[in-house]
Amino acid sequence: MSTTDTQSVTQPTPAFNMLRTLGLVATISGLLVVLSYRITLPMIEHNKQMAIERALFKVIPGAISRKNFEIVNNKIQPSGDKPQGIALYAGYDANGQLKGVALEAAAAGYQDVIRILYGYDPYCQCIRGIEVLKMAETPGIGDKINKDRNFVKNFEALEARPHASGKGLQNAIVPVKHGSKTEPWQIDAISGATISSTAVARMLNDASQQYVPIIINNLSVLENQE
Amino acid sequence: MAALPDKHETVTLDTFLRGLWQENPVFVMLLGMCPTLAVTNSAINALAMGLASTFVLVMSNSLVSMMRNFIPKQVRIATYIIIIATFVTMVDYAIQAISLDLYNALGAFIQLIVVNCMILGRAEAYASKQRLGATIINGLGIGAGFTFALLCLGVVREVLGAGTLFGFVLFGENFQPWVIMILPPGGFFVLGAWLLIFNWFRDRREQAERDLAEVQNER
Repeated sequence: MSTTDTQSVTQPTPAFNMLRTLGLVATISGLLVVLSYRITLPMIEHNKQMAIERALFKVIPGAISRKNFEIVNNKIQPSGDKPQGIALYAGYDANGQLKGVALEAAAAGYQDVIRILYGYDPYCQCIRGIEVLKMAETPGIGDKINKDRNFVKNFEALEARPHASGKGLQNAIVPVKHGSKTEPWQIDAISGATISSTAVARMLNDASQQYVPIIINNLSVLENQE
Repeated sequence: MAALPDKHETVTLDTFLRGLWQENPVFVMLLGMCPTLAVTNSAINALAMGLASTFVLVMSNSLVSMMRNFIPKQVRIATYIIIIATFVTMVDYAIQAISLDLYNALGAFIQLIVVNCMILGRAEAYASKQRLGATIINGLGIGAGFTFALLCLGVVREVLGAGTLFGFVLFGENFQPWVIMILPPGGFFVLGAWLLIFNWFRDRREQAERDLAEVQNER
């Protein structure tokens, strides 16, 4: 093969040769891609599960096991094989006591949509932690929502109390200027990253207005799982 | 830049080393600028990108070299692209399997290895004319040169822009990171600085060679 490296330039290549080469290369390509997909699929699934669990146990302090639920028509039910509604994860401690629930929330940030997982404690009726799942905020500025100590401190016990009427929150979650937080439902924004901070506040408020009353009303479903 | 040989190259140490220095894809040939500027905001991203590109380069060029007498020139670009895209897809799955965090950090740039002109350029200019052995060695050299260049940028940008190296904190609490370095403009600054250094070195070496030749002529 290596010694006959004198492909004639003047002779036209038969169409069959081109088809044969492209066909063969495409077949090899197909085999390799499908093979690597099948080999890596279980590992990728495992990684995704691990990522959810790592985030989950971070936003629900004290939880060591989880169960998957979903919200369908304002009711909470254990999730089946096929997702039907909004996913909701419940975290339990070693005694099977409910420690909190976690949900996903999303809103447009400075660059792209920010997706977070937040933990809600139905007993203190507050948000106990957030974990950014996906964001494309400016490094060093907007991406501080994940690291800035003062900002993360907002979510140690951020009040999200359901309104007495059973609809929405008693006090909406609102962002305030850095250093002017006075109420437990306010979020102390990062100075210089107002848009990213506001996005987090907005997504938490929107999600809580909608789901906190449902969680409180269906608490027995979540508690009686063990 | 050494002229590419039309005849089969005998594999020597130079086949490998050329990619690192004389024909460094980033610092000399200025190829593959997109990943060079985009993903070198941390050393680990730079390293992962360099290794992924090296794998794709070596594997795809090996296949091109093995099939070089079998690929009609009319369909060669289409064939190269299919071959390169295959290995990029495999790398894409492999990185997802290794670490999702790394995969998210590298973003769309893994898929964009398909259009890295360094790889297509090597396939067209080298692998399609050379034996398998020389192609693998040369590909490894070019890949090492690319990884080295990316690391040069990544290390400087991470240290200055975040005060860390491979995620380890280097300075104390009071270090104020120079954020611009991990933002896109920092990529241009650091690349410019490295190019300056490399060209200065090259100029100096060439000057030294000229001086030496002059001295020898005088004798």
